Parts: sequence; C-alpha cells; structure tokens
Amino acid sequence: MIPLEHVIGLSAILFLIGTIGALTRRNLIVILMSIELMLNAANLAFVGFARAWGEQDGQLFVLMVIVVAACEVAVGLGILIALFRNRETVNVEDMSLLKW
Amino acid sequence: MVETVAPTDLLRWIPLLPLFGALVHGVLLALVRRALPRGLVIALSVGAPALAFVVTLLGFFQLRALPGSSVGLVDEVYTWIGAGRVVAEMSFLLDPLSVVMCLVVLGVGTLIHVYSIGYMDDDHREDGGFQRFFCYLNLFLCAMLMLVLGDNLLVLFLGWEGVGLCSYLLIGFWYGDRWNAYCGLKAFVVNRIGDFGFLIGIFLLLWALADVGATLNFRELEAALPRIVERSVAVPGWLGGSWRLTTLIGVCLFVGAMGKSAQIPLYVWLPDAMAGPTPVSALIHAATMVTAGVYMVCRMSFLYEAAPGASALIAWTGAITALFAATIAITQTDIKKVLAYSTVSQLGYMFLAAGCGAYSAAIFHVGTHAFFKALLFLGAGAVILALHHEQDTDRMGGLRRRLRRTHAVFLVGVLAIAGLPPFSGFFSKDEVLLSAWLAHDVPGHQWLWAIGVVTAAITAFYMFRLHFRTFAGASRVEPQVEHHGIHEPAATVLWPLYVLAFFAIVGGFAGLPQAYGDLLGVPDSNSLSNFLRRVVRTQEHHVAHSTEFALAGVATLAAALGAAGAWLLYVARPELPARIRSGAGALHRLLANKYYVDELYDALFVRPLIALSDHVLFRGIDAGLIDGVAVNGSARFVRSLADDALKYLQGGLTQGYLITMVAGTFAVLAWLLAA
Repeated sequence: MIPLEHVIGLSAILFLIGTIGALTRRNLIVILMSIELMLNAANLAFVGFARAWGEQDGQLFVLMVIVVAACEVAVGLGILIALFRNRETVNVEDMSLLKW
Repeated sequence: MVETVAPTDLLRWIPLLPLFGALVHGVLLALVRRALPRGLVIALSVGAPALAFVVTLLGFFQLRALPGSSVGLVDEVYTWIGAGRVVAEMSFLLDPLSVVMCLVVLGVGTLIHVYSIGYMDDDHREDGGFQRFFCYLNLFLCAMLMLVLGDNLLVLFLGWEGVGLCSYLLIGFWYGDRWNAYCGLKAFVVNRIGDFGFLIGIFLLLWALADVGATLNFRELEAALPRIVERSVAVPGWLGGSWRLTTLIGVCLFVGAMGKSAQIPLYVWLPDAMAGPTPVSALIHAATMVTAGVYMVCRMSFLYEAAPGASALIAWTGAITALFAATIAITQTDIKKVLAYSTVSQLGYMFLAAGCGAYSAAIFHVGTHAFFKALLFLGAGAVILALHHEQDTDRMGGLRRRLRRTHAVFLVGVLAIAGLPPFSGFFSKDEVLLSAWLAHDVPGHQWLWAIGVVTAAITAFYMFRLHFRTFAGASRVEPQVEHHGIHEPAATVLWPLYVLAFFAIVGGFAGLPQAYGDLLGVPDSNSLSNFLRRVVRTQEHHVAHSTEFALAGVATLAAALGAAGAWLLYVARPELPARIRSGAGALHRLLANKYYVDELYDALFVRPLIALSDHVLFRGIDAGLIDGVAVNGSARFVRSLADDALKYLQGGLTQGYLITMVAGTFAVLAWLLAA
C-alpha cells in the first residue's frame, strides 16, 4: 500500500509545478492548464487523506472540485476565445488595459 | 407649625386662558394668513386676561378662606420631567406672594390690553400686525403668569425664558426698522447672559441636594436648606478663597435677576427696549417682566436669609443702580427714555429693600410701581399718539391746555413716583428707605439709606423736569405736527389711564405703615405686609414712630426739593438750564451719553466678540479648520495618496496580481502554522 506521505509529496510537487506554470507562462491557455494542474493536486491530496482516514468526505470534495473545474474551464475558455477574436493574441502581457 | 397646601384645579386656568388667546391668534394667522376681524381679536385677547383676572380673584378668596396652617393652593397638573431622582412637576402655587403678583400682573396687564386697542388702531400692515401684536401680548402674559405661579424653579424658569422671548418679539415688533430689530436682539442677548447665571444657580442647587434628594420645589427646598447651609465651595483667591454654598447659589440666581430686572451691569437693554410700541414698554418694561427678578429674590427669600453676603450684594447693587440710572435720567430728552431710566432706578429700590431683608417692602414697591409706571408710560403713549409719534420733549411743551385729561393723569403718576404724600409711591418708597435704615446686618446700611434719599430727590427732579418740559411753558411742537392737529386720544386709551391713576393715588394704603395706622386709629394697617408674612419674612420694626416720621420727613423734603428745583429751572427761570449745561459741559456730556456705558460694552465685549467670531471662529476655525482641513483636507489627502502611491498597485500585469495572491496565501499559511 502506498503510504500517505508519498501521496502528499506527489500532490505538493504537482501543485508547485502548477503554481510556477501559472506565474511564469505567458500563454493564457497554458496558464489555465496550470491552474487545472493545481486543482488536481488538491484533488489528489483529498483522495489520499480520505483513504488514509477511511472517510468519504474527501472524495465528495473531489467530485465538487471537478464540477467547479469544469465550469471554470468553460467560462475561462469562453473569455479566452472572445479575447482572441478581438486582439488576436493569447499573450497575458498584452492584456493590461486596466492599469493606472 | 407644619405648613400645608390645599390642592385645587383652578390655578391652571390662569396661564392657560392667555395662552389660548395667543394660540388662536397665532395659529390662525399662520394657517389662514389673513387677519381675523378686529372685533374678534379684541374680544379674544382682552377677554382672556380679564377672565384670568377673575379666576385669580376666585383663587384669592379661596386663599383667604384657608385655615391658618395652610400657606397656599397648589394645582399639580402633571409630572413634567421625571429623570431618576430629579422630578419636576408642572404645578402652580397660589400663596400670598404669588397672588399679589398675579393680581398686579393681570390687573395692569388687562388695562394695557384695553389701551393697546386704541394705541395700535393705526397699524394696518399687511402681515396682520394688529392681530400679531395681541398674540404676543397674550403669550407674554401667559409666560409671566407661569413665572409667578410656578411651584418650582423649573416652571419659574420656563416663564422666565418665555417673557424673555416675548420681550424680544415685542421690542422688535416694528421690525421694518433695523434699529428696532437690533434693540430686540440686544434685550434678548443681555437677558441670556443673566439667564446663564440663573441656570448655574439652579444646577448648583440640584448638585448640592443630590445626596438628600434633588428637588426644585420651593417648599421642599426650604425644608432641605439647613442641610446645605454649612457647605462651602472653593472660589478664586481674589474672591476670598472660599464661599458658603448658599452665598454662591444666591449670587448666581441674582445674576439672572440682574439681567431680567435691569440692574448694573446688565441694565443696558432696558432703555433700548423703548424701541417697542409704548404699551409694550408699559407692560413689559415697567409693570411686569422686569419685576420678575425682584419676585424671584422674594420667592427664594429663605435662601437669601441664609446668605447674608448675597443679600448685601443685592442691596448695594440695587442702591447703586438706583442712583446711577437716576443721574442718567436727568439729561435725557426722549420722553420714553426718561421713563426707562426711572424704571431701572425704581427697580434698584426694590432690590435695595429685598437685599435688606424687607421682602414685603420690595413687593409693595413692585405693586405701586406697576401702577404709577404703567400710568406714566401709557400717559406718555397718549402724548406720543397726540403728537403723531413724536417722542422728543425738545419738540413738546405747553401741552397742558391742549391735553387736559392726559396732563392730569400724568401729573398723578409724576407725584406718585416722586414719592410725595399721600400718593402710593410715598408709602412704598418710605418702606424701602426704612428697611435700609434698619438693616443692621448689611454693611454700610446708613449709606444705603443716604443713597436712597439722594435718589429720591433726583427722581423728583427729573420726573418734574419731564412733566414741565412736556406740559408747561411755551410750545415747541413742530409746525407739521400742529398742522395735523393735536387731540386727546380715544376713550380706550384714556379709561385705562383713569383706572391706573386711581390706583396710583390710593394703592399706597394697601401697605400703610403702622405708624400712620396708629395716627388714624387703624389696627394692623399694613395689611399687605401682614398678608405676606406667611410666606416671606417681614422686617420687624423696632423703631419709634417718631424716628419713622422723621425719616419719612427727610425723604419727602428731599423729593420736594427736587421738585422745586425742577420748577425753578424749567418753569420760573427757563434760561437757566442752558447756562448750567454750558457751565458743566463735561459732566453734562457724560450724563447725556449715559456714562458711555454702551460704548464701553461695545469696545470691551461686542467688538472683541465680533472680531473673534469673524477672524478666529469663522475664518480660522469654520472656514480654515473645519472646511479647509477636515472636509476638503481629508478629500485632498485621499486623492493625493491615491494619485502618488496607491495607483501603482494597479500594474495591469495579471501575473503580478497572481504573485501577490500567492504570496499572501503563503503568508497567511505561515502565520497559521507558526501559531
């Protein structure tokens, strides 16, 4: 059986990769993917804890997170397409109209 | 002897009736914006005080029928204020002191209402002036009656403020003239200064009685007084370091009386109050409102008996005011101004008596003064009316033959105020002077008596001067006034004068001193003093009748000398006054300019206050600090902060915001884990 420490360790690594990706990449699609990665890292941790304590709450939360992630991707990609139609770019640095 | 009071439902109607008249007039004028028919206005506004007078008479007879252990009738209407241990009832008390005041106020007041019908007849202003005038008069009477009938200091204070307000409204009645409005304002502001002291006095009483049950009811105060008599308070070193609490309270209350009753240094409003219509001068500034201070001192006599220092202050203030105002009156030429200063002077007499512990003498003088001063003012009003609103005696003279009736009643008033026997002023003034002579516990009481006698001589002089300059000698009336014709006034103006003249002659016999009573074989002749004995201490006369007659003789001689001097200067040798005037130029200027007191107050208080308000309070604090720093300043600060610093937080880089978010999350996490 895989010990809990390994699950949490993998979750942490995935979360870190997602964070760094969201902070460093310029392409909005990649940033969205990084955020998905972070969400799934959290899911992994939930599942790991649920199994370790023998409770089902964590698994319920995972289902919730998947639903939220699906919604987020739908809305995020919608905004992204609208942006691309207007500006013909998906570079996040070009989207700075709301600055001082 | 346990003093009790008898309950009744009668007294509330005495102030309510005039209030009803005032409300009907005022509300209708405000809502309908059209004046009622004059007949209705007259019926309502004269009927209300007349009816109240009848109610007061009923109360008087009920009072006389009470058993000896009862001091008066009390009408508790409702609990006005109940705040913890401080309870103030809206209740009225009719005892010998208040019934005398009520009868004087309502008697003279009703006559003045009747007189006003004729005097104000030519007021046809668009704003319903005639009705407004009677509304204010009724409201004034209501306030004065609350003051007199109030069973505790708070009800008294309500009436006290009410008469102040009404005097403001009535002095500035002809507000079209800025000067009149200014005079009304002056009266109000000067009265407020006195009221400040009065309020402090009330608060001190509440504070002093806090641990034995705070009360402002007169009888309860009297019962509780022994508990605070021994207490002292610290005062600044130049005032002696420590005062008895009763003295401090007495002085504070007297400051209020100084304002209301026009004593030095707060007398300056009364002469200017002559800007109002003449009936107002008679009602407010002669017969009723200004006596409020004297009444209050008499009402609080139990306190002043325990505060000899405050009493001495009252006596000396009264005496000095009497002399001071009398000297100013010598040089005045405006007929109403002379009477105004004589009022200030006579009020000084009343305080002299009250300060010397002769409260019944003070009330006696209040009563006789109300009659003869109302008579004089209304007589002066009749002259003013006949001369088409001419008030300067320089443009009068020789009116004796043309205004015979007015002349006769005015002469009665002059004789009464001059204190010549057997007119009413003679008896009351003698009582006052005798009380000063006998007041051994007031320092320098013989000097007080001497000042009183000198004042009596000056009073006789200036009143006869006024009379001669108005009615005797050659006519100095302006041609255009002659052109309009000089006629005796209407019957509504004359009849009140006759009634007042009657009382100015016989009023003195209500308080006939026992010395004269013995002479005429009347036992207990001083019925007023005997009547008042149940509420205020009356001075015991341990003095031989011969001394009393001698003192009266001296005073009468002084008055006669003054009168003779006036006759010499203004009838026999009319060229003399001008020569005296040029001979004593500086002194004459000093007196004619009223000792420059108004100018002094102007320089000392009014101008610095206006300068302070303008430069510091308005431009400095209001415009500078509140508007500039607080309101606009805070807006400017937020704007410049946002403009110079905060806006750079909005960098526009999505990932910049993201970094902040992540960093913040980590910071919160770190803090939580560390805890």
